[in-house]
Amino acid sequence: MKFSSHSEWFARLIDALLPVFAALAALAVGAVMLLLLKADPLEAYRALLEGAFGSTNAFAETLVKATPLLLVGLGICISFRGDVINIGGEGQMIVGAIFATWVGLTFTDWPGWLVISLSMLAGFLGGAIWGGIPGYLKAYLNVNEILSTVMMNAIAVQLMNFLLRGPMIDPSQAQLASKIPQTARLLELFRLPRLVPTRLHLGALIAVVLAILVYYLLWRTIWGYRIRAVGQNPHASRYAGIKVQHYVVLALLLGGAFSGLAGAVQVFGVNYRMITDGSASGFTGSAGFNGIVAALFGQLHPIWSIPASILFGALLVGANSMQRAVQVPSALVTALNGLVVVFVVSSEIWRRRRQRHRLSLAAEMTGPSDPNNLPIQAVQTDE
Amino acid sequence: MDAIIILQAGVATGTVLLFATIGELFAERSGVLNLGVEGMMLIGAMTAFSITIATGNPWIGVCMAMLAAGLLSQIHAFITITLLADQVVSGLALTFVGTGISLVLGEGLSKAGTVALLPSFSIPVLAQIPLLGAIFFTKQSILVYIGYLLTPLAWYYINRTRGGLHLRAVGEYPAAADALGLNVFRTRYFYVFVGGMLAGLAGATISLAVAPGWFSELTTGGQGWIAVGLVIFAQWDPLRAAGGSYIFGALRRLILDIQGPTILLGFKNPFYYNPYWGFFLQMLPYAFTVLVLVIGSREAIRKRLGAPAALGEPYIRGERGL
Repeated sequence: MKFSSHSEWFARLIDALLPVFAALAALAVGAVMLLLLKADPLEAYRALLEGAFGSTNAFAETLVKATPLLLVGLGICISFRGDVINIGGEGQMIVGAIFATWVGLTFTDWPGWLVISLSMLAGFLGGAIWGGIPGYLKAYLNVNEILSTVMMNAIAVQLMNFLLRGPMIDPSQAQLASKIPQTARLLELFRLPRLVPTRLHLGALIAVVLAILVYYLLWRTIWGYRIRAVGQNPHASRYAGIKVQHYVVLALLLGGAFSGLAGAVQVFGVNYRMITDGSASGFTGSAGFNGIVAALFGQLHPIWSIPASILFGALLVGANSMQRAVQVPSALVTALNGLVVVFVVSSEIWRRRRQRHRLSLAAEMTGPSDPNNLPIQAVQTDE
Repeated sequence: MDAIIILQAGVATGTVLLFATIGELFAERSGVLNLGVEGMMLIGAMTAFSITIATGNPWIGVCMAMLAAGLLSQIHAFITITLLADQVVSGLALTFVGTGISLVLGEGLSKAGTVALLPSFSIPVLAQIPLLGAIFFTKQSILVYIGYLLTPLAWYYINRTRGGLHLRAVGEYPAAADALGLNVFRTRYFYVFVGGMLAGLAGATISLAVAPGWFSELTTGGQGWIAVGLVIFAQWDPLRAAGGSYIFGALRRLILDIQGPTILLGFKNPFYYNPYWGFFLQMLPYAFTVLVLVIGSREAIRKRLGAPAALGEPYIRGERGL
């Protein structure tokens, strides 16, 4: 290599820091929006930070919010790496939660550890089914998965509304006139244990362990390799003998499964029951969407998705303090999340330019090969 | 439950989808997939409603809604056309940004009361046509009539004019269009803007005509996504887009109205006596969209039709490929 290792190192550092710049740029635009809303941005961001990290409880709350983001995000890492755009996190969370809740409310005389494990598995399965359907439609019927997963979200919401008002309604509510649409409460025995004397629960630890497993899956197993190969070039993969359709289904199935687990963890770790206000976000807190943002921010890398999820968890928790401090609706955070993605995706061009530059330098030395012809994806660093 | 009233209301509801679908169709024909329709519609609905409250003039509201959504679409245009970024991710981000901004600025609007709505009227002679007159030309909002005009105009423009030819060239083979001296970048910016304006108009149609008011995210309730799906079903043809939109509109109305009466087709109405069965009805538009996608995709394979060849691909000057 002709170029000095120093400049190479510097370029890589800049690449790694791009998301941070993107987040700062989004916060800067957010500050302008706050000014337009006649709020003091410094005061607002101070309240946001304090709300997210100001005390043990605040930080625990941030981690509690980050947990479903990470779980959904892990599924997104798998799906998006397979070039399958899974927008169905919300619906997959809901169906996973329904499956898990059913197990938790049915086998009430079984031991706690067994029911918890089975419930988590049921959540995984529920999400896998809800992700697998669009996966099958994409692989075998050529149906656009972006749209089908969005539609599956809406279908899942109505399924939840039906079940929580009908067959799965809390028996005590069924007799009342109010009929609050919620299930019965889980037995105390079946709740995910808390880790420290805060609301932080075992689910956070499960999510981190799974992040490592997903890393292993994607980069150390044949399945992961094939999912990524299909994602980067389905034609070459087919030529290499990979059954492309299987791996398209698998990418969506696994993506859905992790979202389903997120839904199960939400019920068993936080709410201890399912309750609906008629919308998806009423149950998921939009984690199915924000998990996508977190995973993209983490460069679709399971390990980097951990800090990314904590960041967005902090934004969500801090938004409420911000709302109290400067009277700006917490929905501003939705716009901020979008802006972060806007800047992350915009900054890609700089990374690509440098990569192309490096490639053309390398090509000059190794002989004739048109760098423009190399698919950019194929040379992206594979850790 | 009168079938004619349902169809009449269905046409009005379908007009929302019609504007959004044709707008997205223009953007996609130029090669830019914009998944931010839902966000742009929300911005449009919120802007139309709040500006109309402030000024008392719904026409100013409609214009500002189109402008606001058009401006929002230019973020997507800049990221995908100039910065060559991934259209899917950018479109998703646009949905977040649009939703977030409209929720923040729309805070409190839901309690704002009533506004001056756009005029509704019957068309003198056409309303006399049996059946069709009652469904299409009686007491409809002026926007519905604009929709009738827009559909054939869009078809004619895309298929029979020089501008439409340029649009298709840029979407099918931008390198060739570029070689002929067309400005690929400017063309794409323009049609993404058109798509944004029509999405804004769709939003305004909801908040000022079809279901007046501001109900946060529920104002659009996922119709922006259905519109993106309808473009595929329509195989990028405005006439089919209109057909699909009106069918969907009628379906939405039917689902609302079917739960009302106690007797349905001579039987006790199950949706009236078991209200929670209604949730299955509410799944229908979405399940139907999936079905429509299956049909659209199969047809595309069979007839070798399909998306504009350069859809989703950034155009980089001087690079080989499309």
